[in-house]
Amino acid sequence: MSLTTDASRTASRAGKSGSGKTGSGNSRAGKAPAGVTLAPRRGTRARRERIFQWLFLVPAVIYMALFFGYPVVKNLVMSFQDYTTATFFTGEAPWVGLANYVTVLSSSLFSTSLLNTALFTLGSILGQFVIGLALAVFFQRKFPLNGILRSLLLLPWLLPLIVSSAVWRWILDKDSGALNRFLGELGVIHTGVPWLTSTSLALIAVVGVNIWIGIPFNLTILYGGLQEIPDELYEAGSLDGATGWKAFRHITWPMLRPVVSVVLVLGVVYTLKVLDIILGLTNGGPANSTQTIATQSYELSFHEFKFGEGAALGNVLVIISLVFAVLYLRASRRAVDE
Amino acid sequence: MTTTKITARRSAPASAPRAGANVPSRKHWGYTALAILFLAVMLFPVYWMVNASLQPNGTTLETSWIPLTPDFTGYATAISEQAGNLGTSLIISLGSVVLSLAIAAPAAYALAYFKVRGAGVVLFAILISQMIPGIVVANALYTAYNDLGLLNSIPGLILADSAHGIPFAILIIRAFMNGMPASVIEAARVDGAGHIRAFCSIVIPLSRNSLITAGLFTFLFAWSDFLFALTLTTTEAVRPVTLGIFQYIGAYVSDWSSVMATAVLASIPAIVLLVAAQKYIAAGTTGGAVK
Repeated sequence: MSLTTDASRTASRAGKSGSGKTGSGNSRAGKAPAGVTLAPRRGTRARRERIFQWLFLVPAVIYMALFFGYPVVKNLVMSFQDYTTATFFTGEAPWVGLANYVTVLSSSLFSTSLLNTALFTLGSILGQFVIGLALAVFFQRKFPLNGILRSLLLLPWLLPLIVSSAVWRWILDKDSGALNRFLGELGVIHTGVPWLTSTSLALIAVVGVNIWIGIPFNLTILYGGLQEIPDELYEAGSLDGATGWKAFRHITWPMLRPVVSVVLVLGVVYTLKVLDIILGLTNGGPANSTQTIATQSYELSFHEFKFGEGAALGNVLVIISLVFAVLYLRASRRAVDE
Repeated sequence: MTTTKITARRSAPASAPRAGANVPSRKHWGYTALAILFLAVMLFPVYWMVNASLQPNGTTLETSWIPLTPDFTGYATAISEQAGNLGTSLIISLGSVVLSLAIAAPAAYALAYFKVRGAGVVLFAILISQMIPGIVVANALYTAYNDLGLLNSIPGLILADSAHGIPFAILIIRAFMNGMPASVIEAARVDGAGHIRAFCSIVIPLSRNSLITAGLFTFLFAWSDFLFALTLTTTEAVRPVTLGIFQYIGAYVSDWSSVMATAVLASIPAIVLLVAAQKYIAAGTTGGAVK
């Protein structure tokens, strides 16, 4: 019972902070002719009609409340409790106030995870975006097989992440991985590079793999954004001598800005919660050198069975994501306005 | 909106008479060669997966660059060890498609066509739900599933995996239904069809394409799920193939060919979808993200 009330409370709170977004949504919906106009002959009929319409939405609302609303609330509650394996037997989770947060935030591992999360996110986004944008600009040119080649580039993004991790584990293998053999045959290296087993290289390798996974997404969205820029602008620009890099700097980039902010913020939000790739490639090791806040939270809950501490760390991640969520909403509203 | 504009523009160069595609000059084919080079670099890991899966068992030291003498023992091992897990993944993914569409399609209709009060709040909640880390959901679900007896169960995983698909499906289908002619539905309503009749016999057939797109992606999301498989199962009773692969690479790997063979089998849905359902995938990638 308490579940539903908690969930609805979050929903209403979410609604308040998002009132700006709601307003713009309504104005668009207002233009569409709605079924409501058919019904209201009498008050009761109108109300029945409205209830009927709501029934279409009810399953989705219930699902979202149970699988997104409830976990957020439950996680918040757990983070203030001493929630361990014992809880499953006794049903008791003593209230401990902020103890979980204190333990988690003061642990020496937290600063490592926080730094790794920042480096992982920044490195991944930068690489994905720069390469994705370069490819998107390249595919603006007209040449045979353009469409087919571009869509085949989507494959890395569609593969299950754990498959990609397994394949890259084998490619980056120190002794017989394809990368080391390739570099060896080129004469660049003479002994195997321990890509995933060295504390100084593992994070770089993990970032590299994540860049590979993210390029198709960036390429597709940025390509769509580039296609929206009218050709006339380039034609006018070329008359004024704006071609090549100048055209990119003064026409493409300013026009693409709204799409860029959406891609970057979405990228950050998705990268912050990445778990599969890191668990598959290094499992957070060696010596925690690829441990992020997400993997650390998993570790605490599902290996050490300190669910309260895992929840506390998960909430730290939620707060970081929320900061970017606000940025995202502002960015997407700007994109809609323009 | 964005989707239609993009696709319209994309098809334009092919039909325009002065487009390069019709009069291929040497320069244009040069770009094609460059694009193929990019593609080769990007898809090398996929090639390497297939190549490694066809190598003889046990010889991890020298994998040849090309599988000149393909060896299928890797696949034999993979199928004997992972066939059950592949089946589990298939059942869970299909279940998730059915559940997601059953929940998302009516919701999308209500959001796009009716002026339901609170539609903005629901859309906002969907956006916010994308920011919630999976580990937070898993953490809370584990304790709830433990009480409800849903751990290690297929229904439990179907329900959880749909969390990847339902928000996305609502957005995709709603975007499509926004462009649906309201007059058709109104005509049916005037003829006396109830809401449910109008929905089933008019709205669903009309939005077939968006339902297929949403269904394909929902399938792929559930098939690729790793986090819920990892956290919401504790025994070997229910084990999706992603977890099977993780188990393989969790320990020291001595037999890469069967790991890679399993990886190839687990990639089949993605590859089939990319080749066979091109236009739906294109619609999904552009539609879902910007909206």
